Amino acid sequence: MTLTEQLLSGNRLALTRLLTQVENDTTEGRAALTELFPHTGKAHLIGVTGAPGTGKSSLVNQLALHFRKQAERRIAVVAVDPSSPFTGGAVLGDRVRMRDLAGDPGVFIRSMASRGSLGGLAQTTAGLVQVFDAAGFDIILIETVGAGQAEVEIAHLAHTTLVVEAPGLGDDIQAIKAGILEIADILVVNKADRPGVENTLKALRSALELAHPVRHVFQHHGVLKVVEAPHEPEYNSWIPPIRKTVATEGTGISELADEIDRHARHLHESGDWATRERSRLGSELEALLQNMLVARFRKQVSESIYEEVLDRVYQRELAPWEAVKVLLNGRSK
Amino acid sequence: MSERKTGSEKGRKIRVLVAKPGLDGHDRGAKVVARALRDAGMEVIYTGLRQTPEMVAEAALQEDVDVVGLSILSGAHMALVPRVLELLKANGQEQVKVFIGGIIPDDDLPRLKEIGVAGIYGPGASTEDIIRQVREAVTE
Repeated sequence: MTLTEQLLSGNRLALTRLLTQVENDTTEGRAALTELFPHTGKAHLIGVTGAPGTGKSSLVNQLALHFRKQAERRIAVVAVDPSSPFTGGAVLGDRVRMRDLAGDPGVFIRSMASRGSLGGLAQTTAGLVQVFDAAGFDIILIETVGAGQAEVEIAHLAHTTLVVEAPGLGDDIQAIKAGILEIADILVVNKADRPGVENTLKALRSALELAHPVRHVFQHHGVLKVVEAPHEPEYNSWIPPIRKTVATEGTGISELADEIDRHARHLHESGDWATRERSRLGSELEALLQNMLVARFRKQVSESIYEEVLDRVYQRELAPWEAVKVLLNGRSK
Repeated sequence: MSERKTGSEKGRKIRVLVAKPGLDGHDRGAKVVARALRDAGMEVIYTGLRQTPEMVAEAALQEDVDVVGLSILSGAHMALVPRVLELLKANGQEQVKVFIGGIIPDDDLPRLKEIGVAGIYGPGASTEDIIRQVREAVTE
């Protein structure tokens, strides 16, 4: 039996070894992904992102526990932590918060180093997710590196993206900036037992309202005023809900899990699942294509010519744009 | 199953699980070693305190590591280490190298080596030695 056949029949050793092959982007790994691809497309991919220390790992731990208890769904976790930009090494510590999941054969956790990739995921995270999908996991939780403002790659990979916030991290200006809040399908305010939680909720609510205006009824100097929404909410549009949780105590988890399931139903009913799936595969294809083209091109240009052009750039004889042109056209001077 | 290439394969990162099985709470040593291995360019999966041998073996399987480093200061190494080795083997991971650090009496060293422990480090061991021996163990 080949490794992929063993994986499809539920062998965990085959699974873990294929994950390594795919993570290292070996020839075997690529061949396995090709064989496994027809078996993918069934799992619900849930992304969990947010700033470092907001409690992403603890939240993933609780969600996985909840999904296990509620129904016999098999859960995979892919947890990405940063690699050192200097040595390439990494300490992957997400498992420390996921010890409750140990000993449950229905849960499989894999840690990944980002290996120089920006955007919050590693280059081969999508590949790992495909392997888990083919192996029959129903839910795949993908935890990004602690993300600041622009690590939004997860939205291209996941069906449902959770953005995790915690009290005291930013004001309402942070909340209206472009970037990470925009990709949220569900906003989670974790550590909701901390002071300042009301301010965080208020800032997030008002930011959401700017994006999705609704009808307002309020008292102004004792007079009841009504502000109509500028337009009817779009049919079937999803307004990201905000959920309070205290992951370390398990508070708010079942409500959050319900929202996740509701979002999955919404995606199916509105047809957004298909749209997302298509654009998800599109961005994956795009990334692969870029990698391949760059790799192929670098193979055609000899190292010495490349160094020579780089030297001329360094001497300020060539501007970077000209250098690119030189390399692309003549592949020499 | 095809022969598996480890750390020597180009681009392949050495993956190490650093775990603290047993009941003592002194994780300073484990953290120092984790950090040193990281600085040597390895990917270290840190699992934290109070792991059972079952949890260690399970994590080693899920993470497909090349090396397991166990830090034990409780004196329970003669119970914990053989069990971890046994479980790794049962999972088909007999190629994984096991290193231990902590307070290990000299009398126990021969037995531990005999059952297949690749390296044993006491207080004052140099991180350079650990890094070098971990590298050698996975590339041999």
